Amino acid sequence: MRLILTTLLALVIAAAVGLGLTYATATRGTDLGTLKIGAWTARPKNGTSDVDPYSRATIARSGELPIGTGDGIAFSAVTDDKNKPLDGRCDIVVSGVTPAARFWTLTLFDRKGHLVANSLQRYGFTSQEIIRASDGTFEIHIASRSRAGNWLPTGGIERYALMLRLYDTPVGVATRTQRDAPMPVVTTVGCP
Amino acid sequence: MIRIVFTILAGVLLGGVVHLVSVLALPRIASQDAYSRLTPMTKLNEVTALPLADPGNSPMPLMDPAFAMAICRYDLSSGPIKLTVPVSQAYTSVSFYTRNEVAYYAINDRSAGKKVIELDLMTEAQHNELPEDEEITAADRLIIDSPTTTGLILLKALAAEPGLMPQAQASLAASTCKLQTEPVAAKQEAPPQPAPAPPPPARKR
Repeated sequence: MRLILTTLLALVIAAAVGLGLTYATATRGTDLGTLKIGAWTARPKNGTSDVDPYSRATIARSGELPIGTGDGIAFSAVTDDKNKPLDGRCDIVVSGVTPAARFWTLTLFDRKGHLVANSLQRYGFTSQEIIRASDGTFEIHIASRSRAGNWLPTGGIERYALMLRLYDTPVGVATRTQRDAPMPVVTTVGCP
Repeated sequence: MIRIVFTILAGVLLGGVVHLVSVLALPRIASQDAYSRLTPMTKLNEVTALPLADPGNSPMPLMDPAFAMAICRYDLSSGPIKLTVPVSQAYTSVSFYTRNEVAYYAINDRSAGKKVIELDLMTEAQHNELPEDEEITAADRLIIDSPTTTGLILLKALAAEPGLMPQAQASLAASTCKLQTEPVAAKQEAPPQPAPAPPPPARKR
């Protein structure tokens, strides 16, 4: 009787630990093979055949199609440069320069990967649409109320993610540091 | 006491095994992965335009709203596939995914270097069966080996400004993706025919 009980207990612990770990890694992802520059994170190997099993599980679970390496690379940010989570009620500025690429797009998603509805039907910017300063740098204001210049509406949602996708770019598996890929700065300017 | 500690330890160790097995199995058992999501809305071995990403309903999460997209869901079991994608004004790319969403190949308009991206997609076995001389004559033809028999091809055309979206969609609408069984057979028959044909007239004269 006691043997059965202990075996059962061991099996229950095994199932809880194993499936719990799998759920956590498949939902949040792991740090395996990530490229972190400032607030931005990319997984360059997700676009290749040697994608790691954890990323494969994450991709299968979310239902996305990862961007292929010959196409480009996707950087995402869920916090600003000071590690404060991006809040749709705050004023956030993405500024500076981007790594060399033929085109890039910056898109705002909710934490489930859906676009956020707004009256302007503006969900992001492409590198061609942006208004730049004379030295080529840009400033994108992400806020719930309208701002002058490049304004990306948040719809007032609490948490969101930014995705910067570079197309036809040398940035990829070989990229290691900020020097190879100068990413824009993400700052929280003010919160109501 | 020792028995309980031992039980917990065994449970945690076994849990590690469960974790590894479930992570490896997840891509195979996931029912909401991209392939399963796209299966009801796409045709097999044909190009199907995807609806534009918008907040209400987008076919997949994290779709780039600046792109017009189309999907060719392929099944190579009855022969290789020929894909032609005319290049749009801004940026066009073609990405290949296995049944389990591994991006094994992607090419963009600049690396293709032509006005039309032309590719032949086949399994490795079909590639090996190709007659060698044909491979040489078709040196400019790009052959991609698919690791799985089924999978997805994602065609994307950038609309650099929202107003350019109709053009991007139009260029994708002109792309084709079809089974190649007939053209290959025709090519194999074609070379022997011209060779025997000329001699008879020469002998008569």
